[in-house]
Amino acid sequence: MHKMTLAQLARGLHDGEFSSLELTEHFLKRIEQYDEQLNSFITVTGETAREAAKAADARRAQGQAGLLTGLPLAHKDIFNTRGVKTSCGSRMLDNYIAPYDATVVEKMREAGFVMLGKTNMDEFAMGSSNETSFYGPVRNPWHLEYVPGGSSGGSAAAVAARLAPAATGTDTGGSIRQPAALCGVTGLKPTYGRVSRWGMIAFASSLDQGGVFGASAEDCALLLGSMAGFDERDSTSIDRTVEDYQSSLENTLEGLRIGLPKEYFAAGLDAGVAERVHAAIRHYETLGAEIRDISLPNSQLAAPVYYVVAPAECSSNLSRFDGVRFGHRCEDPKDLVDMYMRSRGEGFGDEVKRRIMVGTYALSAGYYDAYYLKAQQVRRLISNDFAAAFDEVDVIMGPTAPSPAFKIGEKSDDPIEMYLSDIYTIAVNLAGLPGMSIPVGEVDGLPVGLQLIGNYWSEARLLNIAHRYQQDTDWHLRMPDVFV
Amino acid sequence: MEWETVIGLEIHAQLATKSKIFSGASTAYGAEPNTQACAVDLGLPGVLPVLNAEVVRMATAFGLAVDAEVAPRSVFARKNYFYPDLPKGYQISQYELPIVKTGKLIIALENGEEKEIGITRAHLEEDAGKSLHEDFAGMTGIDLNRAGTPLLEIVSEPDMRSAKEAVAYMKKIHTLVQYLGICDGNMQEGSFRCDANVSVRPRGELALGTRTEIKNLNSFRFIERAIAFEVERQIDLLETGGEVVQETRLYDPDRDETRSMRSKEEANDYRYFPDPDLLPVEISADFIEKVRLELPELPDIKRQRFVTELGLSAYDAGLLTASRALSEYFEAVLAELEGEAKLVANWVSGELSGRLHKEGLEIAQCPVSASDLAGLLARVVDDTISGKIAKEVFAAMWAGEGSADEIIAAKGLKQITDTGALDALIDEIIAANPNQAEQLRAGKDKLLGYFVGQVMKATQGKANPGMVNQLLKQKLLGSGKHEGSS
Repeated sequence: MHKMTLAQLARGLHDGEFSSLELTEHFLKRIEQYDEQLNSFITVTGETAREAAKAADARRAQGQAGLLTGLPLAHKDIFNTRGVKTSCGSRMLDNYIAPYDATVVEKMREAGFVMLGKTNMDEFAMGSSNETSFYGPVRNPWHLEYVPGGSSGGSAAAVAARLAPAATGTDTGGSIRQPAALCGVTGLKPTYGRVSRWGMIAFASSLDQGGVFGASAEDCALLLGSMAGFDERDSTSIDRTVEDYQSSLENTLEGLRIGLPKEYFAAGLDAGVAERVHAAIRHYETLGAEIRDISLPNSQLAAPVYYVVAPAECSSNLSRFDGVRFGHRCEDPKDLVDMYMRSRGEGFGDEVKRRIMVGTYALSAGYYDAYYLKAQQVRRLISNDFAAAFDEVDVIMGPTAPSPAFKIGEKSDDPIEMYLSDIYTIAVNLAGLPGMSIPVGEVDGLPVGLQLIGNYWSEARLLNIAHRYQQDTDWHLRMPDVFV
Repeated sequence: MEWETVIGLEIHAQLATKSKIFSGASTAYGAEPNTQACAVDLGLPGVLPVLNAEVVRMATAFGLAVDAEVAPRSVFARKNYFYPDLPKGYQISQYELPIVKTGKLIIALENGEEKEIGITRAHLEEDAGKSLHEDFAGMTGIDLNRAGTPLLEIVSEPDMRSAKEAVAYMKKIHTLVQYLGICDGNMQEGSFRCDANVSVRPRGELALGTRTEIKNLNSFRFIERAIAFEVERQIDLLETGGEVVQETRLYDPDRDETRSMRSKEEANDYRYFPDPDLLPVEISADFIEKVRLELPELPDIKRQRFVTELGLSAYDAGLLTASRALSEYFEAVLAELEGEAKLVANWVSGELSGRLHKEGLEIAQCPVSASDLAGLLARVVDDTISGKIAKEVFAAMWAGEGSADEIIAAKGLKQITDTGALDALIDEIIAANPNQAEQLRAGKDKLLGYFVGQVMKATQGKANPGMVNQLLKQKLLGSGKHEGSS
């Protein structure tokens, strides 16, 4: 069953080939069997999953099942889940049982999904390798000595190893697309405002967006349809009809204009990755697409802008973790300042502290104009680059990450080197655009991802473009041998 | 040296919304601690603020009432600092782009002159919770019921030159926000409070002196005393060669002094930046017009109307318009007693207000309704009872003994207006006091009062005093038409 895509599993449930309980048990068993090696889950909710699966089977028996009723799913541990630990990968929230559900969790449960558990992630979504998690690094299913990418590394690894047929993630600077690429799965980060942020623990509010991992574009279409939509509890969510992402999957790519930004193929890109990406693009030519060279001239500014804006917002967003009302509080504080300092000092890991300090500095009196304000101005230039590009092309393509997965520990002492692994993904968040990563090959046994960037609200078109490629290829269906 | 005081006020008016500024939790005062704080107010991980539209309407109404421009676009910003009763570690406020821009307000000075006080800005923000230091033996209790309560912070120019001017300005704003219905003005509950920025400079000097900020003043009396103390402290310092340090101070009403809270060096760097969870507030010209049309009659305009249309003195008009509720009570009474503005004004600002003040009640809690008071005064107007008896009836009404007519009937207080009955009584009294009658006839006018008194005594105050006067004059002086003849 684990070799089937979500869409195939949905048909299997519908046709009575297996029950939701059987399906759920199957994945719970796989988690039990394999996750010791992968460390992709922080919490497994076996009991509630079985109950939810039974309830789903009962609904099906009464003829009340929907398309997605009874399908198992894992949530990134950044989404609040009522009654279940929601740690955000941090010691700070190791004792935190969420009292409410995130909108994404609520909507997907109502759509019929059965939650298997909560996946591992970089602490507070800050990281590109899943090494900053309080719960230890996640391992790449394709090679256990390698990172799965981050910050949604647990979700990507779990889907790649088929410990879950699908999983949610969040993407602030590439945290869905980069691990999707490194783990060889399909990942989608929607337009900013498409998916509610209510109940999703904030890292950088103006960049964070929930999204999904699946085995295929078709699966991502199913998943997105169930999680997207306006939410009055999130002022930045947008009141716009959710499209039927299934119905346009087969649309023709004849005449599709694909833009290749020269900046995404410049120095720093691994030759093997470049080769696989070009091969994928050549395949699109055979499907009738037209390739154009374009430029996103301010691309080199994306990383510096991101590493001002994101830490600035995080420094404020993470102030609520003060040991007063919830989360970690130090033992025997001698006074208020001691309580703050030790609770936060003990509760947060190094990368989180580094970003809080950078962000605090960037917002300080006397530095605000030079850093935060300037960064916001440059952010506008980066958006303008995309706007100009989308006057000429329908989709932008390039590598998702500059290299395949790297070894655990290889970059953990060099933050700048680590930050560069998001070099092609962060501009998309700064502009608020939708993006995808799909597997298009391997280099030395490690997956390579092709990034698709669309204009605002073009999720249906992106899924269509990805789906047509996957109709002709099988990179997305391959599984790491160990987990077959 | 002669010193000049310079004062600017930052007034915090709690907006009278049902729910909080960014959450659906109730703003009602006095609930058990932490029972009116939802996930958003607690700053739980993953929660987001959603702006309460009502606060935008209220701030707009205030802006219009002080002749200010209501900003077509304003932005919420985060003011970052750590404090246990500030759940998110930041307060959502407005910084660079407030909702209300420059405005002004006219205050009346003691010498009868008027003065314009500039309003720099007014912005929306959320209140913090409360830290409770008592009852927790070495610990601090946190009550987050107040966290997220909407505030309008009204910042004045440093235009006030004395504690009395500051109080006059504060009172004027207090009246205004209650007229607008945007704040209940309850100072005991902290719904209306201010911080005062105070400095002194040699008279004639243009540059401002170093200021101190006195925090959280929540009564008019405290404001006046705190400023007076602070001005004296600063002058003493400067005259003895010292320097005023820029700092935040607290007023201690028990010791009637201000004390240093924290200096400028200890002040937080608030790291303001636009809140990415909230969109800019955009207000259309149509919306502003709609709010303008819904504005109630404002106190200055109402006061003028009372003088010009109703013929009240400026003083009475001022008293009656000092609160919207009182002015509405007055108008409700007057609506049933057309043409009797002066009588009604005297009663409302005199007997009624005096009684309320004595018992510490607000007009809304007045046991005598406007309609009941109108019923009483109608009996004065139609001569059923005298003004003096009316006060007795009023007291009975206050005690809940019934309507004016019921009390007059029950107590037999109806005036004796039967000339025949009075005639006989007066003849009797004149006959019983021949000496006094003789002296009166001889020109000792003062004795008329003696006879009136005797008649009133005999009738237990129920005789119509005008009628008694007239009859006595007829009988003793042979006249009656010309009162006060000498």
